[in-house]
Amino acid sequence: MVKIKFIEHSGQEHAVETNPGASVMIAAVSNGVPGIDADCGGACSCATCHVYVDQEWLEKTGEINPTEEAMLSISTDRKENSRLSCQILVNEDLDGLVVNMPEFQF
Amino acid sequence: MEHGRERPWSMPIEKIDLSHPGIWQANEFLPFMERLRLEDPVHYCAESAVGPYWSITKYKDIVQVDTSPEIFSSEPTIGIVDTYDEYTLPSFISMDPPKHDEQRRIAQPVVAPANLTRLEDLIRRRVCNILNDLPLETEFDWVQEVSIELTTQMLATLFDFPFKSRHKLTFWSDAATAIPGAGVVSSNEQRWAAMEECLQVFTDLWNERVNAEPGNDLVSMLAHGEATQNMPPMEYLGNIILLIVGGNDTTRNSISGGVLALNENPVEYEKLRADHSIIPNMVSEIIRWQTPLAYMRRTALVDTELGGKKIKAGDKVVMWYASGNRDSEVIERADEFLIDRDKARQHLSFGFGLHRCMGNRLAEMQLRILWEEIMQRFDKIEVVGQPKRVYSSFIKGYTHLPVRLHGLN
Repeated sequence: MVKIKFIEHSGQEHAVETNPGASVMIAAVSNGVPGIDADCGGACSCATCHVYVDQEWLEKTGEINPTEEAMLSISTDRKENSRLSCQILVNEDLDGLVVNMPEFQF
Repeated sequence: MEHGRERPWSMPIEKIDLSHPGIWQANEFLPFMERLRLEDPVHYCAESAVGPYWSITKYKDIVQVDTSPEIFSSEPTIGIVDTYDEYTLPSFISMDPPKHDEQRRIAQPVVAPANLTRLEDLIRRRVCNILNDLPLETEFDWVQEVSIELTTQMLATLFDFPFKSRHKLTFWSDAATAIPGAGVVSSNEQRWAAMEECLQVFTDLWNERVNAEPGNDLVSMLAHGEATQNMPPMEYLGNIILLIVGGNDTTRNSISGGVLALNENPVEYEKLRADHSIIPNMVSEIIRWQTPLAYMRRTALVDTELGGKKIKAGDKVVMWYASGNRDSEVIERADEFLIDRDKARQHLSFGFGLHRCMGNRLAEMQLRILWEEIMQRFDKIEVVGQPKRVYSSFIKGYTHLPVRLHGLN
């Protein structure tokens, strides 16, 4: 099992454990973590599973593909460490991952 | 054959023409879409009043088209009729990347949730005023008295537009999308005159706000925003019109459609009465059920294949959101209106990908506030006659919905 910590904009923390293979978005939604809407169900086409990845984990979460880049580029609150959590696949290297959530998904 | 509406299941399948406004006005589109999803999900209609076109009817195919702008272009128009001409205002809904992205980024912050929360109290006060003035136990038209009035007032609120002149917003919205000769305007020149009037009025508002302290309204945000303060006039007008049109017909028809759906599904109305916390979920289900824009059109840029069919460069491709939203392969019990359904947010009404509805959070907020306040006042909004629907395959909505209000006991 891989541990992931989600931190809401308010500071509220949610620690979940998940199996490798699914996405970080699925880990949030299937564990009832609020603040990840995932309207498109993981198709990288809505940008409502936006998270900020802690700097130390950024490299391990992998490359941003062109589709994700396009969706992030029209987001109003994009930062350097922005990712769409449906595009981050959980693996053993991500055990302990910490992601912060924006105030709103949009 | 008279648009074939008599025989959706037995007529030759190649004759099915979803673009005919008659089947939408008559509320007879469902069996046609169901047959296409089952028998020919990527369907070619060779002859129609709008020329040949492909119908995409399955949820997953629609997502694929909507997320492939390099294959399926939004230019020159997202309407099924080729009406593009010199009087069409450029707006980013009918642009591809990179220009689309640049222009959308300018307008998007004004409808971002962080800004909307500042307007919530004012929107709620105006919703309350409208609802408080409605007569009890008397028949009236919900579309005119509530749906249109509310969306117009909310637009005026968002723009901080002079309240007494707010009906101009509705007129400019209708004029911007009207086909000359079909009622609103008689010629392109007349339509353009309306657009020039709109630009003049909004330029005055801009000049007034740019010299004042930054406010929470859209005009002030545009005038003070770093990315938008130097917009040329036509770009300003294009953005204003897109915001007006986008916030007008869509929310209006979801307001009416929700009332109708709850009347047709009394068990759901009972669930709502028992638990008002269901409202945010219900709002998503209403938007799926109504699908206020039935489709978006794309144009193939290259030869491609979809669902085993060969689509040629230049072909017109129509994504029927109204059909994808009833696709039971993706949405469980898709033909049922269930206000407490799981994954209610997963619907196609806002589209997907780069052109996904920018005002989606605004629409949801408006509907949520409205239903919260309705449930504080009325036991039932009873539909007491047949609704009249819009003659359009694009705007899926209502021109008339007779209702009678029953107060809380």
